[in-house]
Amino acid sequence: MKANAVNLIEKEWILPGNRTCPGCALSLAYRHVLKALEGQCIVTVPASCATVLHGMYPISAVNVPCVNTPFASTGASATGLVAGLKALGRKGITVLAFAGDGGTHDIGIQSLSGAAERQIDFMYICYDNEGYMNTGNQRSGSTPLGAVSGTTPVLGKQQYQKDMTAIMEAHGLPFVATCSASYPLDLYEKVKKARTIEGTRFIHIHTPCPPGWLFPFSDTIKFGEMAVETGLVVLYEIEDGIFRLTSASESIARKGGNLQPVREYFTSQGRFKTITEEQIDELQEWVNARWKQCLHRATNL
Amino acid sequence: MAVQRKSNMHIIDGNQSAAIAAKMSRVQVVAAYPITPQTPLTEQLSQFVEQGELKAEYVAVESEHSAMAVCTSASIVGARAFTGTSSHGLAYMHEMLHWAAGARLPIVLACVNRAIGAPWNVLNDQQDSISQRDTGWIQIYCRNNQEIMDTLIQAYRIAEQVYVPVMVCYDGYILSHTEMPVDVPDQADVDRYLPPYKPHTTLDPANPKNYNLVTLANPRIGVDGKLYHGYMELRYLLQEALQNSRETILQAGREFNEIFGRDYARMFWEDRSEDAEITIVAMGSLAMEAIVAADMLREEGLKVGVLGLRVFRPFPKSDVVQALRKSRLIVVFDKNISYGSEGATCSEIKSALYGTYINASIRNFIVGLGGRDVKARELAEATKKAIASLKETVINPDYPEWICQI
Repeated sequence: MKANAVNLIEKEWILPGNRTCPGCALSLAYRHVLKALEGQCIVTVPASCATVLHGMYPISAVNVPCVNTPFASTGASATGLVAGLKALGRKGITVLAFAGDGGTHDIGIQSLSGAAERQIDFMYICYDNEGYMNTGNQRSGSTPLGAVSGTTPVLGKQQYQKDMTAIMEAHGLPFVATCSASYPLDLYEKVKKARTIEGTRFIHIHTPCPPGWLFPFSDTIKFGEMAVETGLVVLYEIEDGIFRLTSASESIARKGGNLQPVREYFTSQGRFKTITEEQIDELQEWVNARWKQCLHRATNL
Repeated sequence: MAVQRKSNMHIIDGNQSAAIAAKMSRVQVVAAYPITPQTPLTEQLSQFVEQGELKAEYVAVESEHSAMAVCTSASIVGARAFTGTSSHGLAYMHEMLHWAAGARLPIVLACVNRAIGAPWNVLNDQQDSISQRDTGWIQIYCRNNQEIMDTLIQAYRIAEQVYVPVMVCYDGYILSHTEMPVDVPDQADVDRYLPPYKPHTTLDPANPKNYNLVTLANPRIGVDGKLYHGYMELRYLLQEALQNSRETILQAGREFNEIFGRDYARMFWEDRSEDAEITIVAMGSLAMEAIVAADMLREEGLKVGVLGLRVFRPFPKSDVVQALRKSRLIVVFDKNISYGSEGATCSEIKSALYGTYINASIRNFIVGLGGRDVKARELAEATKKAIASLKETVINPDYPEWICQI
């Protein structure tokens, strides 16, 4: 049975009153990740907003066992957890690495790539708020073209985002998927599916960040939806090489494949205050080309 | 009291000795990245695992930083973890070395001592492990391949009692690639000596705990109303653990002797210290060379003894003071340099002697960097030079002398 708002597991593993900012998409996404895993996991977290969410000693807002680990080491930490559990003969526990985009696209890519190449049996989830938000918004490898940040303060970022999911797909993983915090049921289904698959599983979650992206705290879901409706984020999963569009992206494709124009997404966020018309046009072309590829690759339309 | 047992001599190099010791310690997770001169150690361990001689998870990681991260997480789950590295590998691990000690994880690391670049150099000195002095690891240095075997087994005993990781250091090539006789213990004896690892951590969804959370400087009240340590208190406890580890180290050495007949109940090795007026101090295999130098100097009628440092962290201050109490001159040879200051072991000796009644002169020589050959004759000559310098001045010079061509 597909997950819906009524049949979703009631138990919470993230307690209320955690330290994330108002309107944080990360806490919303993480909540559904842990629901899908029914808390039967050991999570390893590098320095990130998730560290803040987890709390401050001796109080934690999260009711699953957790190993905090240095920034660059998430993939290796997960490897160590898996190796340790195996050595002790402990079975039935999912090892979950939960890292931000800085910890995944940038400083953590080596240990993640190493673990994926070794086909370590764990789930890696990257929640992507498109910058170093924990340190007050600096550019990362996932910050979009044109976004102003602490380290692109005047001109905005001059480069495109790194497509981390494609990089992980190239590792030949049994399961990679993209999600959005604005589509928690799709996210829930994907994590639940990934839970049953053996090997390295990679899931990317788009998590809008009100203080970093400069939009009202109440609009998190709206911006997540807008990203999907414009095709800036495409929801898909690739299981054993078979590409499927899912959720809203699948619906859009089935209804003729017409995306919303990207313009409003950029003009309504403070971080894009210096974006140029040329950059918006460039991004629109980039979105169109990628969407075309996705439609071409999708096996479920 | 030493027991009589049948010896089981093998002619092996230092890396083989370390690999066999790790195997006999029944390590459960091995994570390592190849680096000269450690490489044969990790190759040997992977072979043990693939051949089924060692029941462990061998993880061929993509970097040394990851090697230590695998060890920390495996250890926190409750597996006995081992790694080995050298030089740049150890430097690359630096962040994780702090993490391992800070999280109080009893990991054992074999450091095959090698110089650090730039420029590239694969040969021996001790700059690598000395650079990691302040990471909170216990550091023990070996003089020969038998000590590598014995120290590594003891290292798990020590680490798992005090919950502090232990670095077992041995000189690259001089020991790692040089074959010498090693008495290999019986597995049953090692099992008797080394009980299974009992972690102080619990990772269980039914009893969720969160390790190494952000910790404030000050103590903080938990949800149970109890006061929990702040960051500073946790650091104090690490220091206290190292301070108090001396007894554990000595006991591990004593009990090792009871089972294996080799006595390690000491923080350093002494040679002819009873009547020594002049003491040569050296660490690692250099201590063996110093004994030969002392022989030469004794033949010339000089009352020379040797103090071979074994445990560098915790530094055995009181023991060193006791051992050096009759010395008028202390000549310290260092295979490392704290740039702008002096050799690390020389600083330790000076620090230990401060405020005691011992008023010996101290001379420091930097030797053997980047694999520069150190001959016993050179140590003897340097010692004589140090004696001659006493006539000129008794004040200890600010900086060390170097035995090199400049």
